[in-house]
Amino acid sequence: MSRVLVGVKRVIDYAVKIRVKPDKSGVVTNGVKHSMNPFDEIAIEEAIRLREKKVAKEVIAFSCGPTKSQETIRTALAMGADRGIHVIVPDDKVDKLTPLQVSKMIVKLVEKEKIDLVILGKQAIDGDNNQTAQMVAALLDWPQGTFASELKIEGETASVIREVDGGLETVELKLPAVISADLRLNEPRYATLPNIMKAKKKKMEKLKAADLGVELTSQLQVVSVSDPPKREAGIKVENVEELVAKLKEGGVI
Amino acid sequence: MLKSTGSLFRHNQLSTLGAINYIRNGGVAMTTTTTTTNNKRQLSTTQRMQVGKESNSFIQNLFLGKCNVSQVMPYPTALDEEQLEFVESLIDPFTKFMTEVNDPFKNDADAEIEPRTLEGLKEMGAFGLQVPVELDGLGLTNTQYARLVEIVGMNDLGVGIALGAHQSIGFKGILIQGTEEQKAKYLPKLATGEQFAAFCLTEPTSGSDAASIQTRAVKTDDGKAYILNGGKIWISNGGIAEIFTVFAKTKMTKEDGTEVDKVSAFIVERAFGGVTNGPPEQKMGIKCSNTAEVHFEDVRIPAENLIGLEGEGFKVAMNILNNGRFGMGAALSGTMKTMIMKATDHVTDRVQFGSKLHDFQGIKEKLARMSVLHYVTESMAYVLCASMDAGHKDYQLEAAVSKIFASEAAWTVADETLQILGGMGYMKDCGVERVVRDLRIFRIFEGTNDILRFFLTLTGVQFYGQNMGDVTKALKSPIANIPTLLSFGSGYVAKRASTKMGMSDNTDLNKLSHPTVADSAKLASKCIKSFGISVENMAMKYQKKFIGMQSHQTIMANAVIDIFGMVSVISRASDAQSKGHDSADNESAMANIWCQEAAKRVEDGLKTLEDPQFAQRVKWMGDISKDLVETQNIIPTHPLGF
Repeated sequence: MSRVLVGVKRVIDYAVKIRVKPDKSGVVTNGVKHSMNPFDEIAIEEAIRLREKKVAKEVIAFSCGPTKSQETIRTALAMGADRGIHVIVPDDKVDKLTPLQVSKMIVKLVEKEKIDLVILGKQAIDGDNNQTAQMVAALLDWPQGTFASELKIEGETASVIREVDGGLETVELKLPAVISADLRLNEPRYATLPNIMKAKKKKMEKLKAADLGVELTSQLQVVSVSDPPKREAGIKVENVEELVAKLKEGGVI
Repeated sequence: MLKSTGSLFRHNQLSTLGAINYIRNGGVAMTTTTTTTNNKRQLSTTQRMQVGKESNSFIQNLFLGKCNVSQVMPYPTALDEEQLEFVESLIDPFTKFMTEVNDPFKNDADAEIEPRTLEGLKEMGAFGLQVPVELDGLGLTNTQYARLVEIVGMNDLGVGIALGAHQSIGFKGILIQGTEEQKAKYLPKLATGEQFAAFCLTEPTSGSDAASIQTRAVKTDDGKAYILNGGKIWISNGGIAEIFTVFAKTKMTKEDGTEVDKVSAFIVERAFGGVTNGPPEQKMGIKCSNTAEVHFEDVRIPAENLIGLEGEGFKVAMNILNNGRFGMGAALSGTMKTMIMKATDHVTDRVQFGSKLHDFQGIKEKLARMSVLHYVTESMAYVLCASMDAGHKDYQLEAAVSKIFASEAAWTVADETLQILGGMGYMKDCGVERVVRDLRIFRIFEGTNDILRFFLTLTGVQFYGQNMGDVTKALKSPIANIPTLLSFGSGYVAKRASTKMGMSDNTDLNKLSHPTVADSAKLASKCIKSFGISVENMAMKYQKKFIGMQSHQTIMANAVIDIFGMVSVISRASDAQSKGHDSADNESAMANIWCQEAAKRVEDGLKTLEDPQFAQRVKWMGDISKDLVETQNIIPTHPLGF
């Protein structure tokens, strides 16, 4: 039976109106509502279902981020994860974190905790990188089933239906493997109040990146963040000739 | 030690029964739960509402002209860091459920909570929030419960009542006064929502006059059981409950051998047989909350299902209602939040006459008034919870004030929101008219606001009577009673004299108030003094007659409510300032708006009490009412003569 590692990230809540910082270094996060990345909720839900089907024996929720990430791990525990691991990242290093470092941490944890199955959300709604699952698979040299909308595990084989541009693709992977969850994989359960209470007693291990031998330096640097250009009003044209003229004017053709 | 005096109430042997009869004789058919410390009757382990001679309740002391803010200032919190963290961790998941799964429109349209939502609420643990963890509940304190119930109030009051009828009153008796066996037997299934509970007091001929109920429980000859017969109406959860807290008359023998009927409280299971219910009542609002008649025909109740002792049912009922009242303040402050945000959202977008609505001063005033009403409600509610959690037992008057204020403020805020939204507010889809309909009942059930006002004044004056009766009598004929005055302390007389001149003294209230609300604190001090003098004047002038003077009692009650509101917001704003909240200055402004207007209402009201023209109006109103009843016809002759 598998030991499942699920990554959960604390992100700005999807319903919040994002505002760019005046100095264009990023978005305003102070005092803004945060919650678990929606795709990570789906990932946790899938892992818990596997445990309920007795395909998995333990679900471990992992997050790397500031202290508040522990709230996100607690939510995962309240949904049913067995224990949590928090890799603390100092506040000034949080913005510099990229998928590559996170993947390296996951690789180390896979070794340390003897993980057979990694399930991640397909992407985080803040970075929208869609890289971590793929990088983890590559670093571990494990098969990957990304954009999963259905997952079936029988013995040592995982059957994944992937949502791709052309439709649905089914791949069969030999465990151990890495899966990334897409929207239609499942509908996550609500954390119930009694479960939140029980989650308080579940184990939460706290580590530093250095404990996993991972450097928090990055080759990437965010140069600036700005709002998309404001939508401008359109104009009406009388006929096709005028249309072509206007398009030429605008340098479009 | 209580002496017999000529003051408002005779207090030798002031038993509960005595208090009931006194007030009933005066024409106000209601009861208080006061007992004196001299009461020699058989005492049970029943939790008694303390209206003894000593109290730190702000409102009780108000009636003595004393300013005791120890329970109100500094703004109390009864949660430690762990409890705060825990309840905070419940907010998001519970909010998520209430906003994403619960559909208030559907619940209202179907007059039923959607089955999927009901199951979800059970899994959520929403049915046993305050049941101890060992009995499968969440073990929340009152303050934690209040914070969660705010979320329900923000979203769906119908669900709020379904939950509240179940745990706030339905099985509360078992929770606060049950034996260990009763708790172990009943609470687990109630906590998980496997079984629902209902509170059964009201009957066709007994609403406010709860002591007049006719449902009867007759003890069997072997004393092992009671046979219950009778009918209850308008019982929330009546159609779906398995466990009922039922109040019925039982015959008891007094020490002197005479028999008397007293109310007893029972845990009744539908499974006992003989329990039936009527169809769901079609209501104006809170439609998804089941309301039905419940009938009992020869229901056999084992004697061990008594809650408290035989004959103590009335106290049990009052304890339960008092204990549950705090929930309303919290829920309704949540409702107000939603309404204010709906109004704000509208005035931010809507343009008329070339400007956004919020640019107009009229709208600014509306939004501000709604915010202030919410602020006062919320401040009172959390003062009350903190008091209860701190273990104070003398909170019944604060609970009554909180309920009256919250229900009326919420009505005003929802109604004003509907007004701001204009025609759209009147349309079902908008969601505001449903809230208005849901809110109407809150001024009626759990003690009508009218009765609660009388209760407030009479209980307060009774407290005054217990403490000051001697002095009042002495003041009536000072020469003959100088020794009494002297023994009481000339300080009192001097104090009374100085307060009559309207000087405020340097009490804790002033010391604990932040400079930004210092003027409001002075206004509050003055009101407190004026009120104390009014109490004394009423007591001296009218004595027993006061019991029937309901118009006067209403004015006094309104003054109490205003003053408690003042002190609550002064405390809260001072707290916000001392914690350096970003909102602190706005909070001080809200507190000051409230206090300036409340102080004026208080002073005007208290002046009215002494105004002979008011007495004349009361008399005229009595004549008009009498005429209406006698002729059963509208009074004025029509302008056209027919």
